[in-house]
Amino acid sequence: MSRTIRGKVAVVGLGETQYYKRGQSPDAEFKLALKAIIAACKDAGISPKKVDGFASFSNDRSDPSRLAAALGCDDLRFANMQWGGGGGGGSGAIANAAAAIATGMAECVIVFRALAQGQFGRFGQGPRSNTTTGAGAYTVPYGLMSPAQSFAMKVNRFMHDYGVKQEALRAISLASYHHAQNNPRAVMHGRPLDEAKYDESRWIVEPFHLFDCCLENDGAAAMLLVPAERAKDFPHKPTYILSALSGSHYRAGASAHNTPDYATSTFKTTVPRLYAMANLGPRDVQVAQVYENFTGGVLMSIVEHGFCEPDGCNEFFTKENLIAPNGKLPTNTSGGNLAECYMHGLGLNIEAVRQLRGESTNQVNDVDVSLVASGPMVTPVSSSIFGSEATL
Amino acid sequence: MSYLNPGLPIPVASPDGLDAPYWEAAARDVLMLQVCEDCGYYQWGPEWVCHQCHSENVLFKEIEPRGRIYSYERVWHPVHPALNEQGPYLIVLVEFPNYNNARMVGNLVGDPEQEVVIGSSVEPVFEHHLDGDPPYTLVQWQIAE
Repeated sequence: MSRTIRGKVAVVGLGETQYYKRGQSPDAEFKLALKAIIAACKDAGISPKKVDGFASFSNDRSDPSRLAAALGCDDLRFANMQWGGGGGGGSGAIANAAAAIATGMAECVIVFRALAQGQFGRFGQGPRSNTTTGAGAYTVPYGLMSPAQSFAMKVNRFMHDYGVKQEALRAISLASYHHAQNNPRAVMHGRPLDEAKYDESRWIVEPFHLFDCCLENDGAAAMLLVPAERAKDFPHKPTYILSALSGSHYRAGASAHNTPDYATSTFKTTVPRLYAMANLGPRDVQVAQVYENFTGGVLMSIVEHGFCEPDGCNEFFTKENLIAPNGKLPTNTSGGNLAECYMHGLGLNIEAVRQLRGESTNQVNDVDVSLVASGPMVTPVSSSIFGSEATL
Repeated sequence: MSYLNPGLPIPVASPDGLDAPYWEAAARDVLMLQVCEDCGYYQWGPEWVCHQCHSENVLFKEIEPRGRIYSYERVWHPVHPALNEQGPYLIVLVEFPNYNNARMVGNLVGDPEQEVVIGSSVEPVFEHHLDGDPPYTLVQWQIAE
């Protein structure tokens, strides 16, 4: 298969700012972006001036030309935005950067996301205008306007179709909070969660309790990608992109909740291509980072990535199965969007690489294959698979 | 009688003219979907062309206003100041089996803590807001006898 990015691109630098509760960053959003990028370059041992490309998603406000000017980049060759999808663009931005490198358009590309919800709008709030028009006119006046409200009906229908119990969602939340207790970077470090605390927490929108919902944070994250043949010129254990792509099914974007296949995380059409590119299957995946806007999205993503049958959710989704190091599928081992930080999911990709390096605070043993699912239930969604040198 | 407390954004017809007939019909207690004059396919939300045959001859047509609950959600946490004193409320996704399974979002009137059964038959309740600026109509739903 010559038309592939498999094994052609390496991740050689990881950078994160400190993660803050929404509104508590002392730094402006653009400065957060710069700090994460500089940190990723330092991790890779190169000057930020050598960066020649930037890729992001969800209409990130930190413009690549301004970044290149601020950092003194010698030669900007690639400036890319993944359209739509919110957090569904996380692995998509990586795919775009990898495609640029694999085709010779750029050599040293930063994938980043910077977000200061305290300085700009909060995702979890409805619009404040007096009127609404277009697709919004069919939902907003009925009190359907936040991401949680947009996705709960998909999850309710899925749970109805397959008899999934609330305890399955709870297990996902418990696993994330369990992992966050070992991760000093996590916003929820030192704030453990147990079954009683989950059960007693208030409803946001059924079936989501408070602890089924992601955090709202300020911070930035960045990854540095280079051609695979340069991977060993950098200080860390080499890690490679085995597959990364995005997409969505038939009329996934139809307005007023009219996509025919409704109760889905949107991964049904992308996952076969994901595994085909990686030349691997779900049995090869040793650890997974699965974007949690809401736990129900994690549930459907794990099903659609082939780790569990839809009618087997009540058995599969237990805390024991989801935690490192010995769970059946250790999931969201940094604490993820629920308990580490909501950096629109790019932190999940960083954690996936950390697992390959052996540097996670919830390390799984001898990881060679590490998967990320980005932004379930939106359109387009994306996924990525990272691998060690042994998988090439 | 308004299901939700006043103060949410008011729906207005799209300024590009795409969906004005739908809102004008709702004001007359008439429920419309978009239908293709060439292939007869119904679709929602409105688009400029038929997604089946790509004809531009799409128009709005009155339908038999009976649907079934495809999914639902009970909202508790207010995300807009107008809803701060609202308490829980129900949103339903209503599907029209006789019209190519097109769907609409609305509220299910009645007790917000009622048990909701997926598959239940529902009929519209046209909720007129004549004092709105501009005036508008919401299409709500109630369990059909």
